[in-house]
Amino acid sequence: MKHIGISGGHYYVPDRIVTNEDITQLTDTSNEWIIARTGIEQRRISTGENTSELCAKTAVRILESTGTDPEEIDIIITATVSPDYLLPSTACLVQSRIGARNAFAFDLGAACSGFVYALAVGEKLMRAGAYNKALILGGETLSKLTNWEDRATCVIFADGAGGVLLEAGERESFLAEDIHSDGDRGMSLTAGHMKVNNPFLPEGGGVEPGYPYISMDGREIFDFTMRNVPGSIKSVVEKAGIGFEDLKYIIPHQANDRISLGIAKKLGVDPSVFYRNISRYGNTSAGTIPIALGEMFTKGLLEAGRGDKIILAGFGGGLTWGSLLIQI
Amino acid sequence: MVFEKIRDIIAEQLGKEVDEITLETNFREDLDADSLDLFQIINDIEDEFNVKIEDVEQVVTVNDAVKLVEAQV
Repeated sequence: MKHIGISGGHYYVPDRIVTNEDITQLTDTSNEWIIARTGIEQRRISTGENTSELCAKTAVRILESTGTDPEEIDIIITATVSPDYLLPSTACLVQSRIGARNAFAFDLGAACSGFVYALAVGEKLMRAGAYNKALILGGETLSKLTNWEDRATCVIFADGAGGVLLEAGERESFLAEDIHSDGDRGMSLTAGHMKVNNPFLPEGGGVEPGYPYISMDGREIFDFTMRNVPGSIKSVVEKAGIGFEDLKYIIPHQANDRISLGIAKKLGVDPSVFYRNISRYGNTSAGTIPIALGEMFTKGLLEAGRGDKIILAGFGGGLTWGSLLIQI
Repeated sequence: MVFEKIRDIIAEQLGKEVDEITLETNFREDLDADSLDLFQIINDIEDEFNVKIEDVEQVVTVNDAVKLVEAQV
């Protein structure tokens, strides 16, 4: 039986720190309001780097920190909803930027669950095929999908990327998974609506463009998260036959700190088990979980081969959600 | 009965004493609850009574929540 292990991780965020105070210059809000409702104190916003650049800089750091040659990489998967282009894929742009010329590369779209989905897909491709090394990345420049006059959303979303290296070998990282979608509720979180518009429409085209920005029904998303995510986390613990006391960390998608704390409360788990960094980075959709992982690797909170058990829990647009129980 | 259960849910969620909460209590003005607090309270009420409260905007006072539940049980 082939084993697939996570052998390292890193992250890259833009230099520009945008504080809550900065946002009060753009829209009617306040530092206290933002902190009380989201837990966010600052976020990173791109001053020009696009998603492929954030992801490529992450990839270079992963390769350097794990001593991997880019030509050894067999697969690159980039989870994103804010690609540079519809084509080429962000993953192909990353491939070119880092010189991973032996890889095949593609993007995966599952919004805030994107990294969890990409990790699950990458792991199975490796297990099934003759692949030994994969870069699994999650990155966004949500600032280009944000309506900076909409105070319900512009205080939350941000830019950044992270990722991990998967390697076939002696060590197994993947212990249990639970992944779902519910397209029936998809319209409660949308962005970048692309309507059909061509000269062959009955009215001859000239259709108003769809709303390009992120639009969110807060109640629906809150309801969805609280009713689905705690159960999903619980299910991977049960499938692996362990207890919550065996977990080193739970890394939830950093949607909103109140939601992370709400999930912890519902599970009856001490909030200190939840790794939370939203105060510094905001919500970067597919970026939040790999940025957290990357940060934990660089801080020494995680170390490949030490055997710590963690849960990654993604949830968001689609609607999509999923949990992975992983041994690092 | 409905009021007592709702009062207990609110007290638990917001960390308040039950005697601070009456039918006339306004979630935002009297209890300093924001939208996320209210979403969680409504979810807990839905689970407790097995009802569905579609429009959270309608819920301003505790009595609003009690009436919406009583109409469905």
